[in-house]
Amino acid sequence: MLNNSLPNESLPDENGHFGPYGGRFVAETLMGPLQELTEAYTRYLKDPEFLAELDDELHHYVGRPSPLYHARRWSEIMGGAQIYLKREDLNHTGAHKINNTVGQALLAKRMGKTRIIAETGAGQHGVATATVAARLGLECVVYMGSEDIKRQSTNVFRMKLLGATVVPVESGSKTLKDALNEAMRDWVTNIDDTFYIIGTVAGPHPYPVMVRDFQTVIGREAKQQCLQQAGRLPDALIACVGGGSNAIGLFYPFIEDEDVAIYGVEAGGDGLETGHHAAPLNAGRPGVLHGNRTYLMEDDNGQIIETHSISAGLDYPGVGPEHSWLKDSGRAKYVAINDDEALQAFHDLTKIEGIMPALESSHALAYATKLAPKMKKDEIIIVNLSGRGDKDIQTVATLEGITL
Amino acid sequence: MSRIANCFNDLKEKNRKGLIPFIVAGDPQPGFTLPLMNALVDGGADLIELGVPFSDPMADGPVIQRGSERALVHDTSLRDVISMVVEFRKENKQTPVILMGYLNPVEVMGYEEFAKAASEAGVDGALIVDLPPEEAGELKEIMVKYDIDLIFLISPTTNVERQKYISKIASGFLYYVSLKGVTGSNRLDTGSVEESVTTIKQHSDLPVGVGFGIRDAESAANVAKVCDAVVIGSPIVELVGNLSDDSETSMKSITTYLSTMRQAIDVI
Ligand SMILES: Cc1ncc(COP(=O)(O)O)c(C=O)c1O
Repeated sequence: MLNNSLPNESLPDENGHFGPYGGRFVAETLMGPLQELTEAYTRYLKDPEFLAELDDELHHYVGRPSPLYHARRWSEIMGGAQIYLKREDLNHTGAHKINNTVGQALLAKRMGKTRIIAETGAGQHGVATATVAARLGLECVVYMGSEDIKRQSTNVFRMKLLGATVVPVESGSKTLKDALNEAMRDWVTNIDDTFYIIGTVAGPHPYPVMVRDFQTVIGREAKQQCLQQAGRLPDALIACVGGGSNAIGLFYPFIEDEDVAIYGVEAGGDGLETGHHAAPLNAGRPGVLHGNRTYLMEDDNGQIIETHSISAGLDYPGVGPEHSWLKDSGRAKYVAINDDEALQAFHDLTKIEGIMPALESSHALAYATKLAPKMKKDEIIIVNLSGRGDKDIQTVATLEGITL
Repeated sequence: MSRIANCFNDLKEKNRKGLIPFIVAGDPQPGFTLPLMNALVDGGADLIELGVPFSDPMADGPVIQRGSERALVHDTSLRDVISMVVEFRKENKQTPVILMGYLNPVEVMGYEEFAKAASEAGVDGALIVDLPPEEAGELKEIMVKYDIDLIFLISPTTNVERQKYISKIASGFLYYVSLKGVTGSNRLDTGSVEESVTTIKQHSDLPVGVGFGIRDAESAANVAKVCDAVVIGSPIVELVGNLSDDSETSMKSITTYLSTMRQAIDVI
C-alpha cells in the first residue's frame, strides 16, 4: 500500500519546499483551496479505506502490477548490462499517466467535487483524466493548446468520445504551458465544485508530492520484481523527464539505495547547442513558473521561452521541483537525448523486442543504449517504458515522409 | 511618509475615494506608456498601477493577457518598465506608481537589484501576484530597506486568520480581489465585497483597495462606497489595445474615459 513503503525522507517541508525549490507561488485566491487540498490529501493518504479502494482500482481497472520485462535480445545486442523494462505501456490507456489520475479522481470524489479539469500537451494526461472521469461519472473539461490540438487530433477525438469537453487555448505559445495557465484560471473561477488534476509533478504544493506519491507504485513494484527476478537491486535506473512524474515514480523508492545510479533523460530536441530543446535541468536556470520554483527555460528578462521536442509529452519549459533538488544534491544525474537518437531507439525496440515505445520513453531507451555497453554483463538497468508508441505512429510516419 | 500613505491620507482628509487605473507597460508599444500615464493622471488617477508584462500571466483574463502579449512583441522587460517610471517621474513627483506583475522577471533580475533600481526610479509599491506572504520573506526585507511598499492580495477565499497574517506583512494598502476568478471577470458581487472589507478593516488600519471585475462607472461607484479605492484594469487595457496611435486625440479618449469613472466615484 501507498503509505508504508516510502522512504522516510523529510522533504518536502510543510510548505512544499525541496530545498530552494517547490513551494506555493500562486495568487491569494488559490492559497485557501491548496491548503484544503493538502489537508484532504494528507488525511486520505492514511485512510485504509481510501488506500484499499485505490489499490483495487489500480489492480482491476488499470491492470497493475505492470510487468518488469527482461529485454534479453536487446541486451545481448548491446553487449553490456542486462536491461529490464518497466512496462507502464501496458496500463489501461497506454501510459503511466493513469496511476495519477485514478488517485486524484478518487480524492476529488472524497472531497465532494463534481467537476474535473485538466491540462494536456500530447493528450495522454487528458485521455487518462477523461477516462477516470467517465469511470466515476464526473464532468470533465480538458484544456489543450490549439497548436497541440492540431498535432494530436486522435487524442482530441478520444477525449471527446470519453465525454470530455476539450477547450482550445489560444494564448501565449498555444501549447502545454498555456494550457496549464488556462486550467489554473478555470480552477480559480470555479473553485467550489472543481478539482484540478495536474498531470505531472509540477504546480504548487501539494501537487508535486501528491503526484509523486501516486506514481511511486511504479518504483515499488519494480523494486520487488527486480529482487524476485534477479535476486538483487538494479545498478541503474533510467526514465525520461518531461514534468518528471514517471521518472520520480520509478526513482523515489530507490532514493535511499545509494548504490543504485539514477538517470533522468530530458528532451535534447535538435541538440542542446541549438537552443531548440526542452531540457531545463541541462540548459536552463532556476525561476518561478506554474506555482513552484524550479529549473526553467527562460530568457534574460525572465520570460518563459518556447521549447522543442519530437515528443509532445516532453515539450515543457519547466520540470518538477523535486528533480531540481535531486540534480543539485547530486543524487540523480540528468542527461539529454536528441530527437534523432530517440527516433532510432523507437525503431530499435520495435524491431528487436516487438515493443513499440512512446517517443517520450524512447528518450530513456536511447540513453540505455549509451550506458549499457559501458557496464558489465551481470549488471542491471531498469528503464521506465512510460508509454506505448501507438499514439506516435503519425508523427513517425510524417518524419519519414510517409502518408498514411 | 511614503507617497502611497500620503496619497491615502490626502484622500481621507478630502473624504474622497481613490481611483487606481491599471495599464500594461509597453502596451501596445513602449512609446505609448508615458503619455498614457499622464493621460490617466489628467483623468483623475490618484495612483497608477503599471503592469509588468509576463509570458504566463496565470491570474489574468483574456483582456490583460492580450495586453501583456502586445507589450512582449516589443520585448518590454522589467528594466524597461523601470525606465518608463524614471521618465514619468521627471514631470510627476506626486502620483504613486505601483508595479504589478509576476515573480519570475523579478527573480531573474535579482531582488536587491530590482528594489534598488525601482526605488531610484521613484516606484512606490510592488504587487507580485504570484508571491503570497508565505514565500515573500526575503523580498519583503529588501523592499523595506529600499522604502517600497509590498502590496498583498486578500481574496474571497482568504479566511479571517489569513487576513490577519496578510495584514501584518503588507504595507501601503491591502488589495481585495473582489471575486473568485481572474482579472476582467464579470462576477462582481458588491454585497460580499462590503462584508469582506468590513471584516478586513476590523483588524487592519491599512486602506483597502478593491480590484478585479470593476467594469463600468456603475460598478466603480458601488464598490467605492464600501472601500477606500477602486482599481480599474481590463476596461482600460481594452481601450488601450484599440488605440491606433499615441496622438493627443488618442490620449484624450483615455483621459475622458477615466474622468467618467472619477465622476462616478466622486458623487457617491
Ligand atoms: C508516455 C509518456 N511518457 C512521459 C511523459 C512525460 O511526463 P512525465 O515527465 O511527467 O512523466 C508523457 C507525457 O505526456 C507521456 O505521455
